[in-house]
Amino acid sequence: MSNTEVLLQQLIIGLSNGMIIALIALGYTMVYGIVELINFAHGDLFMLGAFLALTVVGALGLDAIPEPALLSWGFIPLLIIVPLFCATLNWSIDRLAYRPLRDAPRLAPLVSAIGVSFVLINIGLFWGGLRMDVFNGGVAAASPKDFPWIVSSANLLGPDSNIILTWNELLVFAITVPLMIGLSVLVKFTRLGKAMRAVAQNPTAARLMGIDVDRVIGATFLIGGALAGAAAVVYSSYNHTIYFQMGFRVGMDAFTAAVLGGIGNLPGALVGGLVIGVIRAMSDQYIATEWTNVVVFAILIVVLTFRPSGILGATVREKV
Amino acid sequence: MPAGGIRRILVLRAGWILLAIALVLPVFDSFLPREFQFAGLMRPIFILAILGLGLNVVTGYTGLLNLGLAAFMAIGAYSYGILTCDIYPYQLSFWTALPLTICIGATAGIVLGLPTIRLRGDYLAIVTLGLGEIMQDTLKNLDGITQGTQGINPLPAPRLFNYQFSPENWIPWYYLLLAILAVVVLFCRNLEHSRVGRSWIAIREDEIAATCMGINPVKVKLLAFSVGAELAAMSGGLWAAYLGSTGEPGNYDFQISIIALCMVIIGGMGNISGVLLGAVVMIGFNSILLVKVTTILAQKGLIDTQNVITVPSNWKYMVFGFALILTMRFKPEGLLPSRQIKAELHEMDEDRRALKKKAGTK
Repeated sequence: MSNTEVLLQQLIIGLSNGMIIALIALGYTMVYGIVELINFAHGDLFMLGAFLALTVVGALGLDAIPEPALLSWGFIPLLIIVPLFCATLNWSIDRLAYRPLRDAPRLAPLVSAIGVSFVLINIGLFWGGLRMDVFNGGVAAASPKDFPWIVSSANLLGPDSNIILTWNELLVFAITVPLMIGLSVLVKFTRLGKAMRAVAQNPTAARLMGIDVDRVIGATFLIGGALAGAAAVVYSSYNHTIYFQMGFRVGMDAFTAAVLGGIGNLPGALVGGLVIGVIRAMSDQYIATEWTNVVVFAILIVVLTFRPSGILGATVREKV
Repeated sequence: MPAGGIRRILVLRAGWILLAIALVLPVFDSFLPREFQFAGLMRPIFILAILGLGLNVVTGYTGLLNLGLAAFMAIGAYSYGILTCDIYPYQLSFWTALPLTICIGATAGIVLGLPTIRLRGDYLAIVTLGLGEIMQDTLKNLDGITQGTQGINPLPAPRLFNYQFSPENWIPWYYLLLAILAVVVLFCRNLEHSRVGRSWIAIREDEIAATCMGINPVKVKLLAFSVGAELAAMSGGLWAAYLGSTGEPGNYDFQISIIALCMVIIGGMGNISGVLLGAVVMIGFNSILLVKVTTILAQKGLIDTQNVITVPSNWKYMVFGFALILTMRFKPEGLLPSRQIKAELHEMDEDRRALKKKAGTK
């Protein structure tokens, strides 16, 4: 493999993972934009989504297909069930754990979010995977689980090519790009989107204008959860390994992406996600895999220290 | 004496009561049947209470959420390991290495705090969280210095005059750690009432007002961060000395930081007795109760240790999580709150009640 080919290959991997990270980052950034809460549990919500996806794959027998077709229809139930589950769960979490603390000091919902994250991690530990085997003595519940290939692994560039590009990569883009376009249309052009922007700008004024703030916040959590669910399906079918602590690591990447792009800024989350994805892939290749997390966190610290508003974010003065 | 008076004394003198109980506990413990004895397992409580007190300085007094305290604990443990272990050139004794460890922790707190301390509350939380993760990976990757995942071992046990501490005899360890904890408690108590302590609380209450009163917020916050780091490093050093090994870097993970956070929040932010109580509750639950219940149930054949769901210690995240959520929801000031924090939170309740009343009479 020549140097250019290695670079191209890493770029493909980085951009694909970057799109997934961006999808999760959107959940962080939307919630932060509207209630100024770092939703610690978002990464773990994504993790539970991935486990549900694995269970659905097992239930539908998608893993039993010896040579998956180029475009598997199995994706359609996954893309309906998992986002629906994550959206409902995220909404309920907001309703039960965050909404009662809306007027409390800012530390309170953050601590509550850490608590929710722990509860979700524990559920992930018990979740059995393909056959829900935990109830009959799931021995290796804590170990990573393989996610089967549900689309063809054939190389689209021909069997002789050194660069590997499969339906898997294309599918990542085919799912994430429309979702992001849909989200921007929703935020820019619908009544709900307008209400969301108004609440983000000033909740009290929005309430005075007759906006039901709690409902708008609830809708934000629903949308963020659905995006996390879609990201979970794409992530697990692209990376093929899921484990119960992954919400923490992937969540940190996504949060870094959100901060990098300017938190509260939707296009920023996309840019940040792609940057983090590519940096991770390049660091895996050119520095060392075991230093990649250090590189990403170092970037987070440097960005927050020197440009806390992110690449695309505008500088906002602290309100007194 | 009326019941209210007894309760008042319990709250006001909680520190002394805990100390008295801790002093006689080994005697009491020796009367218990062997499988129920637990005083030997109390030592982690003393060590991690120091960590909790460190977090209390940062989060309880100053109101900065530090989620990466484990990083400083790791710095402490590894400094102690490098200073004492015989594979390195220093080979200091416990009594010289521990103060040096504390100094290294304080310096690390200043160096790592300097770029981050200006950040707003929740950004600081995330950056410190990142710090905790970086520290584990860095220690793991620098295996030329830190022995990677093996950890640094064996570490010598402390020696007091002619007495050599040993892992077999736990009672001297118990009183040594208790004495160190008592010194730390005194230190924190004096700090709280000093000029610095009062400016920390002022910053927590209202940063802008405090700044107007002539407090330099960056300097004061940095000091708090550094004192927190120093206490965390101290607990790390003690932890390594107690285990005779630094353990692998993965031991100093997010879970440690969270346990410290639970101690402070569930015990009572900004109140030393509260944090001590929190330490007893949290570590008592995590490393005594859960472990004991699991072994006893397994011995009796009541649970299948191969099945994740029936092992009680696998439920701890769930318990910690619900503890945090429910505390925030129903008793945000914790079990033994500081008077100021309680007053503040209840003032808000009254405001809200007044608002509701108004809304009702509309």
